[in-house]
Amino acid sequence: MDYLRAFIVGGTICLIGQILMDKTSLTPARILVSFVTAGVILGAIGIYEPIVEYGKAGATVPLPGFGYSLAKGTIKEVEKYGLIGAFTGGIKATSAGIAAAIFFGYIMAIIFNPKAKS
Amino acid sequence: MEHTNEERLKKEFQDMVKKNAPSSNFLKDCLAAFVVGGFICVIGQFVMNFFLGLGVPKEDVGYYVATIMVFLGAFLTGLGVYDNIGKFAGAGSIVPITGFSNSIVAPAMEFKREGFVFGVGAKMFVIAGPVLVYGISSSVIVGIIYYIINLFK
Amino acid sequence: MGEKRIGEQTIAFKNPPSIISTAAIAGPKEGEGPLRDYFDVVLEDDLFGEETWEKAESKMQKEAVRLALEKLKIDEKDIDYIFAGDLLNQLMASSLAVRDYKIPFFGLYGACSTLTESMSLASMAVDGGYADYVIASTSSHFCSAERQFRFPLEHGNQRPPTSQWTVTGAGAAVISSKGNGPYITHVTTGRVVDFGIKDANNMGAAMAPAAADTILRHFKDTGRTNKDYDLIITGDLGKVGMELTLEIVKKQGFDMSTNYSDCGIKVFDLTQQDVHSGGSGCGCSAIVFCGYLYKQIMEGNLNRILLISTGALLSPTSTMQGESIPGIAHAVAIERGV
Repeated sequence: MDYLRAFIVGGTICLIGQILMDKTSLTPARILVSFVTAGVILGAIGIYEPIVEYGKAGATVPLPGFGYSLAKGTIKEVEKYGLIGAFTGGIKATSAGIAAAIFFGYIMAIIFNPKAKS
Repeated sequence: MEHTNEERLKKEFQDMVKKNAPSSNFLKDCLAAFVVGGFICVIGQFVMNFFLGLGVPKEDVGYYVATIMVFLGAFLTGLGVYDNIGKFAGAGSIVPITGFSNSIVAPAMEFKREGFVFGVGAKMFVIAGPVLVYGISSSVIVGIIYYIINLFK
Repeated sequence: MGEKRIGEQTIAFKNPPSIISTAAIAGPKEGEGPLRDYFDVVLEDDLFGEETWEKAESKMQKEAVRLALEKLKIDEKDIDYIFAGDLLNQLMASSLAVRDYKIPFFGLYGACSTLTESMSLASMAVDGGYADYVIASTSSHFCSAERQFRFPLEHGNQRPPTSQWTVTGAGAAVISSKGNGPYITHVTTGRVVDFGIKDANNMGAAMAPAAADTILRHFKDTGRTNKDYDLIITGDLGKVGMELTLEIVKKQGFDMSTNYSDCGIKVFDLTQQDVHSGGSGCGCSAIVFCGYLYKQIMEGNLNRILLISTGALLSPTSTMQGESIPGIAHAVAIERGV
């Protein structure tokens, strides 16, 4: 059941991205930026939380989930430590993804070379 | 007179371009994005359930999922597979966190030939940098607003 | 007004220079295309034994020049000038390619119009009496163009149907006052035309008005029409840009539908090779002309052609600053006998 929900929720979020890509001339980079920002806003006003509860990985794996984690982490830290939490919370909550991307990016760059497309 | 004539020509031409534009295969694109995007999330769910099964607390499991998914995206990019998935799936492989990883790893690999500092190090964020800038900045704003609202409670 | 000028933008040569030799080198994908048998060399590997895409592109251009000279009885030191260009910043591929030749060098940037731009200037130098042997050469490489203008190769993006595929290839032509053709009889130098297209994934549409403008100007200046040519062929408009050009020219009363084509369509099999709207890049018209068309003229299958290489004069900076894409097109009329 988890899997079916993840599939439907995740697929739908990607579908929205595809519609934006085909119907507007938004570049992938702009779509990523809008999605992460949308995730932060939806997370902050509490709309994304029920989506995560329903779709689990289907909602956290797509980029709005990254935005949601940023917002949720920030709010948690503000509650705990006050204003400084606005600066510490977001990155703390998403630290694993960011550090992994930088580290694995570097490793892959050492190991692999780009290949010509055909 | 000459000027307005030129404007008219431009307008006419732009309409002509719209009329002649080949339509992308919209339904196929959407289906591919939905299926591939959904499938990547299913893999994410599998990873999540796996670590939950190992006894990782629910609030920490996101770290594991993010790390593994980012690794998968990075590795498939390194192997030269992810760009082919992207060609087929479009947003289906751009929007998941594996796509975020791809957008960091692809320039890192590409600009290796310009060296490891100004090539790999500096170019790594040419595509994904804005995601961090806007994501983190907006979360800071959310934090500040939340703090102010709490002051008045 | 110069005595050899006719009309507003055209030169009719008094002593039409001959194209005495050409050479074309194509990448692996181009080597699988319909023109595969016409290229002098087809690369097995996009890196051409080099470490970077840029160096590979440069080596292709250097080899194209060497092969074009090899077919002649003349030596490198007999060459008076080389006019060369490519798509890379500061003309990296051309500058490095000519580094080892001891030939006076003019570097040109006309985006994908560089082939006919260099042929035009080379012909003027020859007909003007400033040179006896001049080389015109250009190159492009899919991988070096992608990383400069678009995305890293491994980035998983989707190409829209209007997008084109930068040709990996280099072509060189030796243009001389001595020789028995094919002759360059006229050149029509294009103006920059910009009809406000901003989509860098639709360069065919951005360049079509420039191509049509130059073709119509050529007809007006020379008094010729499309019926005077066996073939009118643009550089890299692709399917989208080609249809637009046909339509604009038709509105002015010239129906070119029977003898008009585009190098970007000729070089790939559009149904099989996943190149969307067709080929593009400096190398596109370079390998199609230096490989295929030149041989067709030599064998007598074509007697008189009008070659119009087309360029989209955008840069990554201009695109990011929201500028529309200026187009350019230069026409060269080539004839088997005069």
